[in-house]
Amino acid sequence: MVLYFKYLSILFKSQLQYRASFWLLTFGQFFIPFSVFAGMYLMFERFGELRGWTFYEAALVFAVIHLAFSLSECFARGFDMFSGLIASGGFDRLLVRPRSTALQVLGSQFEFTRFGRLLQSAIVLVWALAKLPIDWNAPRAVTLALMVACGVLIFTGIYMLFATLCFWTVQGLEIGNIFTDGGREMAQYPLDIYKKWVTVFFTFVIPFGCVNYLPLLYVLGRAHGHPAGYMAMPLAGVLFLLPCLAVWLIGVRHYRSTGS
Amino acid sequence: MISLQGISKSFKVARRAAGLRQAAKSLIFREHTVVEALKDITFSIGEGEIVGYIGPNGAGKSTSIKVMSGILVPDRGSCTIKGYTPWKERTAYVGHIGVVFGQRSQLWWDVPVIDSFQLLKDIYRIPPDEYRRNLALLTETLDLGGLLETPVRQLSLGQRMRCEIAASLLHGPSVLFLDEPTIGLDAVSKLAVRDFIRTINREKGVTVILTTHDMSDIEALADRILLIGKGTLLYDGTLQQLRGRFGTERTVTVDYRGGSGQGPLVVEGAESVSWSPERAVFRVDTGKTRIADVLSRLSEQAELLDVAIEAKPVEELIVELYREHRI
Repeated sequence: MVLYFKYLSILFKSQLQYRASFWLLTFGQFFIPFSVFAGMYLMFERFGELRGWTFYEAALVFAVIHLAFSLSECFARGFDMFSGLIASGGFDRLLVRPRSTALQVLGSQFEFTRFGRLLQSAIVLVWALAKLPIDWNAPRAVTLALMVACGVLIFTGIYMLFATLCFWTVQGLEIGNIFTDGGREMAQYPLDIYKKWVTVFFTFVIPFGCVNYLPLLYVLGRAHGHPAGYMAMPLAGVLFLLPCLAVWLIGVRHYRSTGS
Repeated sequence: MISLQGISKSFKVARRAAGLRQAAKSLIFREHTVVEALKDITFSIGEGEIVGYIGPNGAGKSTSIKVMSGILVPDRGSCTIKGYTPWKERTAYVGHIGVVFGQRSQLWWDVPVIDSFQLLKDIYRIPPDEYRRNLALLTETLDLGGLLETPVRQLSLGQRMRCEIAASLLHGPSVLFLDEPTIGLDAVSKLAVRDFIRTINREKGVTVILTTHDMSDIEALADRILLIGKGTLLYDGTLQQLRGRFGTERTVTVDYRGGSGQGPLVVEGAESVSWSPERAVFRVDTGKTRIADVLSRLSEQAELLDVAIEAKPVEELIVELYREHRI
């Protein structure tokens, strides 16, 4: 973990070498989700509510998933950009260093310009929370934090899965974006507005619903049943990451036996 | 110390035919050919040796280095280095070795060299004392003083290579793999790098395995040559033995004054290669005629001003080896 922060600091220094492009990208990243959010706002403006969800509730759903996404793009960028590491042969270098490959790949790249996106999502979060009549207590706050943290794990898991594919294809596959970008777009609305199979897919296969929609029911006081069940929901993110890590290790073993 | 027993490794390579139709076909299903990169490689290297690992492109040099450094798992055979099997106990093993890939950097491009070194200190968990000592030694012997604060992207190739080598030695490895360390370097940097390799080998007893296409590297550094071609080990021995095997022939060049002035000097046992009124070149087979005899016969005929005796360059010996094995 200490080493992870050392990687973080050296790459932060690197990125600051190019100040102008750093600020421009950060600025741009601030406005990308902003336009998406503006669309959401206008829609609610027109229709008032969506299947019983008010604008601020939906904004909270939006904020949570975008926070998780921007954090994962910033801190798990190494897996997202892994194809470059394979193509350049940089992965061989990681293998001759006495640390785990997953840690080194995580540490190989960070994308700090995602702070722009992060900031935008954080503002939406604060705004939504301020407007919502939530009965705050410690468990609810913890649940909210867990939702974001475990959301990061899910995105990281997806990056990892598609990074693993690079061991077979060498080139990066845009197909991963279907699940990261697509998942993000879907999960920025409360999941129960979709058809049943979509809800099922994003609950049991890629558990975005578990870090977003389901525990939010509890935070918003809409849940029926025991709160502990809802609070523990985000941990599905951990469960999702574990098999991804296992697949990654299989990929590394394949690489080391084929050298391609 | 290092011992390889019957290491074999083959790769599946997708075969691509030319033409759009074939390319489209290969999208759906591919034909594979199996390339045997290493065939039953066996050798051992003792502590403190410098070994030159040579062979033409695609002979299997890089594959062997990758197997020995724990990156690749071979199909068959065993390999023990410092008591470890490289590909089995990777994280424990790689702390004992240093690897320099001449064509790829291991330094972080945009930050000063010293920042990369500090990160490596954490990656290898080098104790502060040892780090300070190694850094001081490397800075001095590789003359890095002015470079440490410079971002890597601003270094010249020679400066960068010195930093790369330092980076691979910070954790005090006892085996160093150098994959083409002098590629693209100017004469001064080349000499500095060679000099340094000899120094750490002598003073710290580091075992060095070096691949190169530059035979003067081999001549300057390697006590021993391993020649690999088409995945097979073809020659294992000293440069001296190689010379003895192919090169009993010497070229003798003399600058002289006097002589008959009419036509070439004629010396028994030496074949005249070229001749002018001031200079003559002879080929002498030292297996048959002694150089000393040739010189004394020459000095009877003319006043010798300068004499140069050259063995066949290593480059030519290697080419002959390649030819002998048809690689």
